[in-house]
Amino acid sequence: MDGRGLNAPMRRFSIFSLLRNALAYRADWQRMWRSPEPKRRYDVVIVGGGGHGLGAAYYLARDHGIRNVAVLEKGWLGGGNTARNTMTIRSNYIRPPSVPFHEGSMALYRELSRELNYNLMVGRRGMISFLQSSQAARTAARMANTMHVHGAKYELIDVEEIRRRLPIFLPPLRPRLEVLGGVHQPEAMMARHDAVAWGFARMADAHGIDIIQNCEVTGIRRSGVGVVGVETTHGFIEADKVGMAVAGSGSVVAAMAGFRLPIEVQPLQAWVSEPVKPVLDEILVFSGYGCYMMQSDKGELVIGGPTDPFPSYAQRGTFRVIEQVTAAVLEMFPIFSRMKLLRHWAGLLDIVHDGSPIISKTPLANFYVDVAGAGGFKTTPMAARMHAWLIAKDEPHELIRDFGLDRFERGRLVVEGGVSFNR
Amino acid sequence: MIVIPCPHCGPRNEDEFVCWSEVVPRPADPDALSDAEWNDYLYNHDNPRGWVREQWWHERGCRRWIIVERNTVTHEVAGAEPSGQ
Repeated sequence: MDGRGLNAPMRRFSIFSLLRNALAYRADWQRMWRSPEPKRRYDVVIVGGGGHGLGAAYYLARDHGIRNVAVLEKGWLGGGNTARNTMTIRSNYIRPPSVPFHEGSMALYRELSRELNYNLMVGRRGMISFLQSSQAARTAARMANTMHVHGAKYELIDVEEIRRRLPIFLPPLRPRLEVLGGVHQPEAMMARHDAVAWGFARMADAHGIDIIQNCEVTGIRRSGVGVVGVETTHGFIEADKVGMAVAGSGSVVAAMAGFRLPIEVQPLQAWVSEPVKPVLDEILVFSGYGCYMMQSDKGELVIGGPTDPFPSYAQRGTFRVIEQVTAAVLEMFPIFSRMKLLRHWAGLLDIVHDGSPIISKTPLANFYVDVAGAGGFKTTPMAARMHAWLIAKDEPHELIRDFGLDRFERGRLVVEGGVSFNR
Repeated sequence: MIVIPCPHCGPRNEDEFVCWSEVVPRPADPDALSDAEWNDYLYNHDNPRGWVREQWWHERGCRRWIIVERNTVTHEVAGAEPSGQ
């Protein structure tokens, strides 16, 4: 039988499969997932085939034994906002519900490549935030204390230590904002973002979940207090439960279901230089300028800043952010001024009013939402797992009890400033 | 880059402005609202994909508030008018 057949069981990747395929002129690699036609009915339909949606489907199968699941993706896997972020995985947050949630996500990421049998290229790089005002230093000290209480490492360091860790950094002679010190998260990571979607997709598919690409949801059919299914470009699909995980289209899909969310969509831009030899191993954040820089495994410098200053669904950004952020980065590292920029992109963030995730029930009985809150890449495995729990049990896990939609009405906001967006 | 036709200053670069949020009518009698209605007014947005009416502040110009009609996909601006505030 043809090993690449659409219904052949998944073969595990290993050093031996790599060798065998190298010797066989790479003609024997298996398809990563099937491309089935949608069935008429599923137990659960997940709207959105990014990391969050595919992850939710995977955890529904793994943790709850729910396998009659479809993931509907309007484009192709790894082509949406999952692949339009800056790949950083960190947990420097300050509110009591936030730290364990983000720390838990990092713990899942550390094991995820092994679990999914797929190399997500997770690298433990560490992250240094440059502190450029006494106010920033005080906030960082408070955040460090909060994180220590939760058992997470977040340490204040002085300029000497920054220089020891970053030999390429020379404190600028006449900076606009002087570098007073830094705060270091040694466990911060980078990972290949589209691989996260692909890894979850491959394993979800192996559990029998249908991943349906090029299938856009155009409407949500309601009945009384709940939903009965979704209208799509492939026809109507009936579902007992529907989960929404659509970064950058949360309000659009919620409007189809007939309710509104406390979110505004904002583009987050990033741009990338030509590749050079390794010069930066840590992720750098310049808190005073609201921007950051890191070096990818390929050697490119990845530069990003705050979100754009007005809501937009266009996956491109305004030039003034690029100009301001690049100027700030070059003030810190004049040595990079002659490097050429190669690529630029913008991803859409559903910015929640308080900057925290919404993983919640909704006004509709069997319709659930997972909105990242700000950047959602770092929370992908944990949010997906919690979303799956919520869908399966119809009640939130302890870890996300404070991340419900009801927090706004009850005045229990989880305000996070450790996120990059315009207010 | 967006050019905004400020009704007081003429066409100006977006850099001079601050975008506040979509226009939300104030409730006539806030005391009469339920918690759910007050929550909806305070936090929820239409956040539409397409045309939206927004409040912008001409911070580095006339420093007045204006209402701009803008497309959130194409970034076209259809027009701007004084906000009356």
